[in-house]
Amino acid sequence: MFRGSLAWEGVSGLGLRTFIEGWPVYRQLTGTDPLGRGAAAKSDGSRALTARTDTADSVARSVCPYCAVGCGQRVFVKDGRVSQIEGDPDSPISRGRLCPKGSASKSLVTSPLRQTTVRYRRPYSTQWEDLDLDTALDMIADRILAAREQTWEDVDTQGRPLNRTLGISSLGGATLDNEENYLIKKLFTAMGALQIENQARI
Amino acid sequence: MAEAHPVGFQWVMEAKRRGAKVFHVDPRFTRTSAVADAYLPIRAGTDIALLGGVVRYILDNELDFREYVLAYTNAATIVSAEFSDTEDGDGFFSGFDPETGTYVQDSWQYEGHEGSSGSGHTAQERDSAAGLTHESHGAQVGGQTRRDETLQHPRCVYQILKRHFSRYTPEMVERVCGISEAQFLELARAWTQNSGRDRTGMLVYSVGWTQHSVGVQYIRTGAIIQLLLGNMGRPGGGVMALRGHASIQGSTDIPTLFNLLPGYLPMPHHAEHPSFDEWVDSIRHPGQKGFWGNARSFAASLLKAYWGDAATPENDFCYGYLPRMTGDHGTYQQVLNMIDGKIKGYFLLGQNPAVGSAHGRAQRLGMANLDWLVVRDLFMIESATFWQNGPEVATGEIVPQECRTEVFFLPAASHVEKEGTFTQTQRLLQWREKAVEPPGDARSELWFFYHLGRKLREKLAGSPLPRDRALLDLTWDYPTHGPHAEPSAEAVLREINGYDVATGAPLSSFAEARADGSTAVGCWIYTGVYADGVNQAARRKSRHEQDWVAAEWGWAWPANRRILYNRASADPDGNPWSERKRYVWWDADKGEWTGYDVPDFEKTKPPSYRPPSGASGTEGIAGDDPFVMQGDGKGWLYAPSGVLDGPLPTHYEPVESPVRNPLYGQQANPTRKMYAHPVNSVNPSPPQEHSQVFPYVFTVSRLTEHHTAGAMSRTVSPLAELQPEMFVEVSPELAGEVGLAHLGWAHLVSGRAVIEAKVLVTDRLTPLRVDGRVIHQVWLPYHFGFEGLVTGDSANDLFGISLDPNVLIQESKVGTCDVRPGRRPTGPALLDLVADYQRRAGINPGRGWGSSPIPASVSVARRVRWPARSGTVCRRVASICWVCRTTTPAL
Repeated sequence: MFRGSLAWEGVSGLGLRTFIEGWPVYRQLTGTDPLGRGAAAKSDGSRALTARTDTADSVARSVCPYCAVGCGQRVFVKDGRVSQIEGDPDSPISRGRLCPKGSASKSLVTSPLRQTTVRYRRPYSTQWEDLDLDTALDMIADRILAAREQTWEDVDTQGRPLNRTLGISSLGGATLDNEENYLIKKLFTAMGALQIENQARI
Repeated sequence: MAEAHPVGFQWVMEAKRRGAKVFHVDPRFTRTSAVADAYLPIRAGTDIALLGGVVRYILDNELDFREYVLAYTNAATIVSAEFSDTEDGDGFFSGFDPETGTYVQDSWQYEGHEGSSGSGHTAQERDSAAGLTHESHGAQVGGQTRRDETLQHPRCVYQILKRHFSRYTPEMVERVCGISEAQFLELARAWTQNSGRDRTGMLVYSVGWTQHSVGVQYIRTGAIIQLLLGNMGRPGGGVMALRGHASIQGSTDIPTLFNLLPGYLPMPHHAEHPSFDEWVDSIRHPGQKGFWGNARSFAASLLKAYWGDAATPENDFCYGYLPRMTGDHGTYQQVLNMIDGKIKGYFLLGQNPAVGSAHGRAQRLGMANLDWLVVRDLFMIESATFWQNGPEVATGEIVPQECRTEVFFLPAASHVEKEGTFTQTQRLLQWREKAVEPPGDARSELWFFYHLGRKLREKLAGSPLPRDRALLDLTWDYPTHGPHAEPSAEAVLREINGYDVATGAPLSSFAEARADGSTAVGCWIYTGVYADGVNQAARRKSRHEQDWVAAEWGWAWPANRRILYNRASADPDGNPWSERKRYVWWDADKGEWTGYDVPDFEKTKPPSYRPPSGASGTEGIAGDDPFVMQGDGKGWLYAPSGVLDGPLPTHYEPVESPVRNPLYGQQANPTRKMYAHPVNSVNPSPPQEHSQVFPYVFTVSRLTEHHTAGAMSRTVSPLAELQPEMFVEVSPELAGEVGLAHLGWAHLVSGRAVIEAKVLVTDRLTPLRVDGRVIHQVWLPYHFGFEGLVTGDSANDLFGISLDPNVLIQESKVGTCDVRPGRRPTGPALLDLVADYQRRAGINPGRGWGSSPIPASVSVARRVRWPARSGTVCRRVASICWVCRTTTPAL
């Protein structure tokens, strides 16, 4: 009631015409925005807003990371951070549209749940520890070499070449880039690791 | 499609707006059904019966596109007199070997080819998932084939097809699938009426077809219909696979798969391919027709890309460095090997098998028994924390203090924090620009593997061991940039495209690949993506500035071709079948093929060309043979080889089914891949005893708001908020039968696990009348797990491990279960409940189902502590069952 009486004071103070012109449906019916999706729907507050897409420092042409339809995305960047992700209207595949997941891509890449540091769990431990990235890479390389050492097969029982280790496995690739899958397959093949799989098997 | 590929679905709606009739076949009414012209609820796992009914309808009414069928398919080809059909074998084709559960394919061949092309025993092909090599090409056919252009010969493919599907009547479709005769006929009529010269029909499927023990044959049946109706290689036609991950097509083309090398070259097998020549000849089949005649160039160029200067013609381009397959090394075999303590280390690269793979408990027990595990992901996923928070910790099967697996979690860069290409579901490569730097320690896979390789090579420098040569001789000198020394993705794409070794100039077509070591090509089917030194995948010409084919948006393999086999869009003489469906045609004045797309044919080979006798390779393909990657240039209604479970699709019941196969004595696919491992089991199906213990059918699929195993959606607040809870959809009838309350709890029990879910009572699920009885189906989303903003039990825990024989993909779209009201038990009581069900279903050690006892040699104690080696982690397994073909023969 208190707010209502204030509003009526406003009307009596500013006059009926101003009140009616301040009504979006009036602007919609009389102005240049009959669908009420632009100027007609604006308030003083929203009129002062600027779209994040207008103030971005740069835009990257990208592709949605979820399903395999391949919808075009435009990734807007401000001050080195992703400020918005929208559908790419130029794309003949998606015509600017994104589904609920694609529309949530900005929330995906900026999620506070994202891990940004290496975590390490020792055998038999009940907790995680921190680990330096380069140390982790070094430890992983040592473990690969040890697994090869322990499980290497030069030849089969008839002396035919095997050149492999069945001590190492890998799963993943369907969410990754072609260039990444290429290096993964190339390196694993050269180290004799055969058991490389991804979602395409699943 | 509206649920899982919503933006792609706009094109279905666009077609509908222009007059297309849309049919939706699904066990559950979805948003797709809501806007389709007709919705056909189907019993999960019976699509071959439905599609087979359509094939019969076409043939019985002679509604096939006869001119197309005669000219472009193998309908007229005569098959060997030794072939016998499932109609005569009660569900078996000729050539079945009960010892291995696989076929010898000699009798399936074309007449006169019995001992040659594609024949032989297929046991090894099944273990190496050899069917996958056919993603880019068909199997081989040598020499001439005998044909009967009148289609009257009793052994021509057309007549064989007609006999094979003769019992797939509308009544049978109703009996098997639960689809009414009227609904079936409406579908069959619409499909045939909308195909032909002036019209085309399209078939769209997804993992609802692939994740079955007969998955490849589902798609084969669809292809048979589309060939009979003349819908292949034409605009608005085709069989369209909607794949589920941004680059799952790319990771198949440039395979992170055990049995393939880039471009569908097979990984060598120790016995089949001891030498480079034998390996290459197994791909190109000397003397045979088709584009694989150039396989030697593709193979040599790949090895040249891998091993550079070290790879020479004299040393067979370092062929000796390649690791060799000896059998099944697929992901499910690996997991069982992990449980058995045979695997030391495991990498997970943006994948979450603890939730996303079948038999979640086996996945987690396997990971709990490694020396080390590397998880690279954006989020802390279930597959990284199973030792701490997994359901087996609650049951006491995994004790953190006893779990030996050393876990490295390395944060990954997101899609906006790195550049590179995804290959989407229509073979289209699209380059992504990098928007920002990855946060903290997050790095791309490109960074991780490049620097891991660099470190391995540093550590091995000077090693005298022969096994280290492959790593030391590897070309691994990619330029890097930026503060973290990020390797150049464009340099890698350039290598994938291929280049002239002497000049470094990128190749523009795979026809330029050479077998003499003068070219290096990382993935021959992608050659052209860097043609003229330009990143063609980065092209972004607006759809408003080009025609509807949009050939200047990204780049499609092969050769930027948007519709494969598009020679079939013209008639045998090279003219469009109709003005309305004009796409690619022969321009007689210019003497070349032309049209809206890149012609999928030799540009100047006229329609009138006939191969000289004895011609092989591309020379052997006639001017009116559009299916240029098939050995005989024809679309295969009947597959004499290449498909391991039969030359024609046959309805088998799912591995777990409450229904006896109404069509054949043979219940399930006799060639399916099974694993006789203590952790694995199969719920009994008729005619086995006790199938009523698991009376309900369950199926799983995606929600619009979540993505696969949930790592990229249950961690994202808007999506978690939209779908916050695990639930099960049940029909009002089933809710009444079982006593379930809407929004209350239910739990579901299989022979592997028990999971709980909130109940959604909805008529989106319909009880189906099948073979005289009512079958209830329930539906579950499979996205939930125990990490993330929203959590819930994992539907995939319910499944066991049974695989399609062609590609080793698991049956995870249908299983049987019991449904009970209320929440599931917790702790050890949970294991007791599953054990009780196993006992009641006859899933017990020492005994099979029915009258076939399991030999004592394979029986194991009921509760064991395992894995059976020091430092064990898993304290017990609820109960053990042995289910394998040797003990439960051929059902």
